[in-house]
Amino acid sequence: MTLATTLNSRTQRITRPLQYLALLGYVIFLGFPLLFLILTAFKTPQELISPNPSFWPAELNFDNFAQAIEKANLIPAAGNSLIVAVSTTVIVTLISLPAAYALARFKTKLRGLATGWILLSQVFPFILIIIPLFLVLKQIGLIDNLLGLVLVYTVWSLPFALWMLQGYIAGIPVELEEAGAMDGASRIRILRVIILPLLAPGLVATSLFTFISGWNEFFFALVIIQDPALQTLPLTLARFVGAEGQVQLGQLAAASLLATIPSLVFFAVIQRRLTSGLLSGAVKG
Amino acid sequence: MTVIETPTKGSPPHDSRKRPIVRARRSRGNRDAWLLVLPAFLPIVLFSVYPLAQGVLLGFTDAKAGLDVATNFNGVDNYTKLLTNELFWNSFRIGLIWAFGVTILQFLASLGLALLLNLDLRFRWIARTLALVPWAMPPVVIAIMWRLMLNPTYGPINGGMRAVGLPGDINWLGDFSTALPAIIVVGVWAGMPQTTITLLAGLQNVPNDLHEAAALDGAGVWQRFWHVTLPALRPIIVAITTLDLIWNFNSFALIYVLTAGGPGGQTMLPMLFAYNEAFRYGNFGYAAAMGNVMVVVIAVFLFVYLRGQARSRLS
Repeated sequence: MTLATTLNSRTQRITRPLQYLALLGYVIFLGFPLLFLILTAFKTPQELISPNPSFWPAELNFDNFAQAIEKANLIPAAGNSLIVAVSTTVIVTLISLPAAYALARFKTKLRGLATGWILLSQVFPFILIIIPLFLVLKQIGLIDNLLGLVLVYTVWSLPFALWMLQGYIAGIPVELEEAGAMDGASRIRILRVIILPLLAPGLVATSLFTFISGWNEFFFALVIIQDPALQTLPLTLARFVGAEGQVQLGQLAAASLLATIPSLVFFAVIQRRLTSGLLSGAVKG
Repeated sequence: MTVIETPTKGSPPHDSRKRPIVRARRSRGNRDAWLLVLPAFLPIVLFSVYPLAQGVLLGFTDAKAGLDVATNFNGVDNYTKLLTNELFWNSFRIGLIWAFGVTILQFLASLGLALLLNLDLRFRWIARTLALVPWAMPPVVIAIMWRLMLNPTYGPINGGMRAVGLPGDINWLGDFSTALPAIIVVGVWAGMPQTTITLLAGLQNVPNDLHEAAALDGAGVWQRFWHVTLPALRPIIVAITTLDLIWNFNSFALIYVLTAGGPGGQTMLPMLFAYNEAFRYGNFGYAAAMGNVMVVVIAVFLFVYLRGQARSRLS
């Protein structure tokens, strides 16, 4: 350790500044677009169309937000998105929890089957699945219906939720369950008292990730929802883009920011667990 | 159930007396497992496996939108028609440039960032946080944000170019020559989180003593990266670039909002092309045939890539 570090220290004096420079480059590349989106949301129409637009807004004005909410119908759209994302999350969590447990704990062929399907389902382009699904949903009257969207999102998020959850479950030592069984606790009791509390953080991470996926999704919604009254937020935003003029850029930016807030907040909550969960799933899968 | 057979098949003959008990316990375990999996299994089969199989079959029919149109199998008609469809192949070519361009650049950019984040630099948390944000953003919002960035008059990119005396009047998303490179940059930005975080986790798993041993042997930073870090990282690199390639080839929302395939089809990715064919023109069968072609091409690429990787790992 010490020898290696002394060897390093000489070269470090030269490379460190370069490393910080590179890090700065990344921060600008990743952060500048975000900063610009935020600043645009606070600019007045006059500032936006001026031939020499200033980088910083003259003052913090929230007009764009108010107008965006009103003009783009953000509130009903957010309501639709919320209904769809929450329903999907609840259903996915309820049905993936027992399945993930079985995948993690029972060494059956199911495991290989599930893993195979999760990987295979990634390869197929969505177009192949959405056309027949569209036909099926049309037959049972679920086109232009939020329930249809919930159904599609559920199926679409399930493999990933399963994958994450079984990773978290596999991380809980089996010995805990065996100890519980030795003490004469029933299986249900073992699951409720021992496993569930340990699994809670992973469960929360999986649920929030499912919520974010549903909240952000665009392609399936575009195909399934045509009625403007049922549009989800991404659809509403995409339509708002079409109506875009220079004057509306501020409102567009404001609407975009508002639509991103829930995902961003939830993501901040789970991000550490998310990465560790994905990897434990990957390593043990 | 055939599931029970395989695990016992490999067991040596002398413990055949024990087998009935083992089998009984296993089959109970299996039944429990099936019961637990069923609620998840059923919707996946009904609304994912079945439609997918049907989608592949639809590619061999003349299915069209509309309720009262009869659907007939038409063999390989769709594919012979596709062969001469120059627009489709052009879109295919664009899709490959996009997918490979984004995947390669994304990999290089993410590897660089992951290496930096793995060092003990101050303020690295800022870069780490920022690198994760695109993951949480709706693709539609990412597209809107970059439309602002690339806006010919208001956008800061042209503004910056004007400030240093360059001709800052480029219509990045509207010009034939700049549209595809521009969306590739956006694609790299949007996909950096997963790649960076995966590579960073891989880097943190590279054993430190390997580095020290190499350093003692007089290996420089570059040599250590090339001969220690990279080989140790290889399985993760293969996995994430494979996934990135598939994801990128299938991406839709970002480009739909950024350019909708324009200008003049210069950014018409295969997914957009097939979407238009299906839901704008109503040619379901033809669009599904395009989907089939896409699957085959992706599968071939993956096969060649993964086999090549497996071979070089063995040698």
